[in-house]
Amino acid sequence: MRVMAQMAMVMNLDKCIGCHTCSVTCKQAWTNRSGVEYVWFNNVETRPGQGYPRRYEDQDKWRGGWTLNRRGRLELKAGGRLRKLMTIFANPKLPSIDDYYEPWTYDYDTLTNAPLQEHTPVARPKSLISGEDMKISWSANWDDDLGGSPGLADRDVVLGQVSEKVKLEFEKTFMFYLPRICEHCLNPSCAASCPSGAIYKRAEDGIVLVDQDRCRGWRMCVTGCPYKKVYFNHRTGKAEKCTFCFPRVEVGIPTVCSETCVGRLRYIGLMLYDADKVLEAASTPDEKGLYEAQRQVFLDPHDPEVVAAAGRAGIPRDWIEAAQRSPVHALINTYRVALPLHPEYRTMPMVWYIPPLSPVVDVVRDTGHDAEDSGNLFAAIEALRIPVDYLAQLFTAGDPAPVEAVLRRLAAMRSYMRDINLGREPDEGIPAKVDMTGEQMYDMYRLLALAKYDERYVIPPAHTEQAHRLEEIATECSLNYEGGPGMGGWGPFGETSGGAAPIAVENFHMLRQRQTADSPVDPADKHARVNLLNWDGKGRPAGLFPPRREASGTAAPDAEESADGTATTVSEEPKR
Amino acid sequence: MTGGTVLSTVAPSADTSAGVVDVLLWVVLPYVTVAVFVLGHIWRYRYDKFGWTTRSSQLYESRLLRIGSPLFHFGILLVLMGHVGGLVIPDRWTEAIGISEHAYHVTAVSLGTVAGFCTLAGLAILIYRRRTVGPVFSATTRNDKLMYAVLTLVIVLGLSATVAANLVGGGYNYRETVSPWFRSVFYLQPDPHLMADVPILFKLHALSALLLFCIWPFTRLVHMLTAPVGYLTRPYIVYRSRDELLSTRAPRRGWEHRPG
Repeated sequence: MRVMAQMAMVMNLDKCIGCHTCSVTCKQAWTNRSGVEYVWFNNVETRPGQGYPRRYEDQDKWRGGWTLNRRGRLELKAGGRLRKLMTIFANPKLPSIDDYYEPWTYDYDTLTNAPLQEHTPVARPKSLISGEDMKISWSANWDDDLGGSPGLADRDVVLGQVSEKVKLEFEKTFMFYLPRICEHCLNPSCAASCPSGAIYKRAEDGIVLVDQDRCRGWRMCVTGCPYKKVYFNHRTGKAEKCTFCFPRVEVGIPTVCSETCVGRLRYIGLMLYDADKVLEAASTPDEKGLYEAQRQVFLDPHDPEVVAAAGRAGIPRDWIEAAQRSPVHALINTYRVALPLHPEYRTMPMVWYIPPLSPVVDVVRDTGHDAEDSGNLFAAIEALRIPVDYLAQLFTAGDPAPVEAVLRRLAAMRSYMRDINLGREPDEGIPAKVDMTGEQMYDMYRLLALAKYDERYVIPPAHTEQAHRLEEIATECSLNYEGGPGMGGWGPFGETSGGAAPIAVENFHMLRQRQTADSPVDPADKHARVNLLNWDGKGRPAGLFPPRREASGTAAPDAEESADGTATTVSEEPKR
Repeated sequence: MTGGTVLSTVAPSADTSAGVVDVLLWVVLPYVTVAVFVLGHIWRYRYDKFGWTTRSSQLYESRLLRIGSPLFHFGILLVLMGHVGGLVIPDRWTEAIGISEHAYHVTAVSLGTVAGFCTLAGLAILIYRRRTVGPVFSATTRNDKLMYAVLTLVIVLGLSATVAANLVGGGYNYRETVSPWFRSVFYLQPDPHLMADVPILFKLHALSALLLFCIWPFTRLVHMLTAPVGYLTRPYIVYRSRDELLSTRAPRRGWEHRPG
């Protein structure tokens, strides 16, 4: 047993209202730059729909992920190492910009600079790729809310896999939203496809990252990822992907997409898994067995043997405790309501989904029956093959049984909790029908419906103890990050050559302190803050600039005091 | 062997028979090129890892690229192998294993011409694409344009030297002149006399190649040096530990003064 820890996410699709707040805030935080205008590390797709990039799930075309060869061994679907190197000069399976969409801006300048004229000036769309005028005809969520259906939703890859009858019915009847980020897979095919070895999985928390200094732009990762969640920055010539907001997660705060989620449908926590079993599980012969196989890879963090093995593997004690409290573990393995997205790609994805019960509930309610009654709901789940088959294609490689079981559990919780909420005697027969106890059912309800910030996001901070550095104080260069050429702007070899600015973890610590402070309206460093609204514009407002330093070099008393706060950071800067 | 010995061994011969220009072109320039090439790459690798990329434009356009790029790259790899065979391996060695001069020449010229034309055709397609496809052209820097110009010059000169020599005089045996000179540079006993009577096209090709190697480390051509051959042997999934230092600066040691 080789225990490793994985930072994972579960999204409860019943709660997603498709507001795209996660996408927008993620975009603002990470991809609001030139070269990645078309890139959405987080995107929300309407189902049925084609997704982003268009029809990315069609692996007969894109050849993403892994497949079993004739000997039953796992191999990259797009071809092995030699084949990759032979096609390195022109990747035959790379989505073009049209498969994503051509990003654009508007010619806002015209609005303010146009001369007086009879007609209102118009801000025309301009392509961000070529700079030319363009006609907008597609985007990352063009078919949002089934816009353009039936013409567009017909081309949903998953719909093509379910039967003809279902196809017609589905788009008339059901719709739900699927937010997607990088899956941070246990068996990432993007990393396996990278010729340079620039994509790596972090040993501590399993986050899959692209080393920007080692990426040479061979573009094989874009093909390798079946979820098409690795993107090519066309300005820097490097691959970029969702980072699971690692600078935030390292200090213990959730990803931007989770933090800003209006429906509070995202859960973040640790999973402990046995790294030795990953390959075997990913090679499961029957695709329909992959969901169960992946569940078997996860370890029970309460098992004393696992705890001991985790300790031996160097996983810190507080991380093991966080794994025990992990909401993700509870949803995947305790309540078994979360399912992986497209396990048939054999990458062992680690962002799981609670399938939506709402299509079923809606149908029952529309027919005038009691949509909270477990009997009605159970019957509907069995009768309504349409949503179940579709969800099964998404989450269990087409096996309806696990989807049905999840929906039954959610339906049972619904009717069990109604009795409690109405003050009636709870019917213990309902949880028994789905192999749960009443207490378990209530706990699941708490986690799904009531869980507060601290319960939804159980994120142990990264360990940054410096003991080792103190042992060998003279061996490391203290100027590691300073004065490198190109730090002041772009180097001579194209955009942003010369090195990316290092991430300042101090900012994220400050962010966390601000967010978790007891009194946001009365910060401790109030005396050092400036309210520019009170400033009449004359003179220098007190505190806007750091105190002038005396020639003797004695520290200003003011700066010494608020050393932990934000104010002194500015004044320290020039002295570094 | 140090720089001093190089100078001392070269200086007398240069004084006696080779002109100053010859020494500059065939002794000084090659060493300057080697120095720029090696040190340039070291410098670039240390300070511009982030800019070290192929800067692929496949996202913008792939129809022309799918023909042009493999044609050019496989062509230039063949050309490279041909140059290694012609310049590095002495003719004595090939004769020792029973390949006659004539057989070598025929193979080299035919294969080399085919590879050269493939390369040139690929390059033509790529340059046409770069100029005509809007997004690709706007992603082209001045650095790229210079590199394309020099690269094209080198290839055209090399190809025309081969073709011209074979059309006019039944071939030129560069393995008696250019190749020994090339090797002499690396033996640190450069002999400019060997290049004195070489046809002008070969001379120009060699000089343009030196120029290309001089600008090489400062262009996108650096991606060649990181050709991912290691991919064939490394494990599929790479695990790495988080950087130890999260912060932009090392934490102060306990006894250090807090900067005021």
